[in-house]
Amino acid sequence: MTRSARWIVFWLGAGGVGVLIVLALLKMPSFGGLVHPYRELSVPAAIGRSSPNIVSSVNFDQRALDTLGEETILLGSVVGAAALLRPSKDEREQLDQDEGRVLEATKLLGYLLLPVTLIVGADVVTHGHLTPGGGFQGGVVLATAVHLLYVAGSYKMLRRVRPKSWYQVAEAVAAGAFVVLGLVGLLLTGAFLANIFPRGVLGDLFSSGTVFYLNVAVGAEVTSGVVVLLSGFLAQALSVREVR
Amino acid sequence: MSLLPYFVAGWLLLIGCFGVVRSRDLVHTVVCVAIAQSGTYVLLLSIGFQYGASAPVQGAPGPVVDPVVQALTLTDIVVSATVTALLLALVIQIAKRTDTVDPDELDELRG
Amino acid sequence: MTPLLVVAFLLVAAGGTTVVLTREPSRQAVTLSVYGILLTLLFVLLQAPDVALSQVAVGSAVVPLMVLLAVRKVRGKR
Repeated sequence: MTRSARWIVFWLGAGGVGVLIVLALLKMPSFGGLVHPYRELSVPAAIGRSSPNIVSSVNFDQRALDTLGEETILLGSVVGAAALLRPSKDEREQLDQDEGRVLEATKLLGYLLLPVTLIVGADVVTHGHLTPGGGFQGGVVLATAVHLLYVAGSYKMLRRVRPKSWYQVAEAVAAGAFVVLGLVGLLLTGAFLANIFPRGVLGDLFSSGTVFYLNVAVGAEVTSGVVVLLSGFLAQALSVREVR
Repeated sequence: MSLLPYFVAGWLLLIGCFGVVRSRDLVHTVVCVAIAQSGTYVLLLSIGFQYGASAPVQGAPGPVVDPVVQALTLTDIVVSATVTALLLALVIQIAKRTDTVDPDELDELRG
Repeated sequence: MTPLLVVAFLLVAAGGTTVVLTREPSRQAVTLSVYGILLTLLFVLLQAPDVALSQVAVGSAVVPLMVLLAVRKVRGKR
């Protein structure tokens, strides 16, 4: 297709979609209104299961099956990207001897921030059912924390503390743990991903039943998934060279 | 004025598609797809918003905004990031095999 | 609608447009990062702290970093 033909197709399509969007949006309930039927159902359900952060309750209890689906997309994307980013037959990994200079202040900041970020990430994961946060957000924070080692100046050091295969295994184990927790619920109550653990007291760390454990499983999966992805991109950009 | 949030969401979708068509670099294309997807975040959260309501974490007095659409958006963002990663990995493979990332120079992509 | 919300929505629309219109992918990583922060601010105003946390980590750090690394790899090939 030539460029001009592509533009004609685009303007026709965008015009049509645009008209449809406008027609649909004119019938939308007004922004900020009082009608929220899903909320009326989900908020009492979350409180009944000792999960003050209602978003976590929705994600890991009320519609945990959907989250399993999302998690599977995540796993599939990571596996696909990792396979595509593998060094091919005519490529070898070479580490530059000269890693470039990094300001001492940057190094210091990197090393200082590393433990802080790890703690914040762990906190966000484990308190996901109590305060805003959870496995998805905390996992990304934890993965970012590991990569502060690169900011602090040493790609070699990052590669030493980050054996890629461990994270690949952790990724699969965490995804499996989610399914196993679901199957336990199926065996005990007849419902997949049923909330089977003791719900505890509203506000306690070990409350809200399965939500806590699913949060930790997703946290582990997102952490290892993002680490595997970033390690693939870093290796491709920094150390994989074509050998002719 | 009360429809502005929805139109912003629609605009993001259309401008993202526009960028995909105009793009001369596949990395740029992938970023434009991510922009188009970000329209869904704005749409979902706007549907769930209520004036004067607080965040859906218990302890706050009064009504809360809709937590279901927030849960949808949350997973949407993470999935968007991993799919973007998958697409970027594909772009790297294309660059390796064909030595170009301009869609017009790729015979395989010609219609 | 409060003026603050109107401004936040318009900033997000303008931010998205800027990212799309930025031709150079390496500069796009920067505008994308700024756009991620604008979205985060909007989410905070819409009372969605969970989503805002997710967006700030993913949208303004991880994705722009992957874009930059992809650009570096692709440029190195040429």
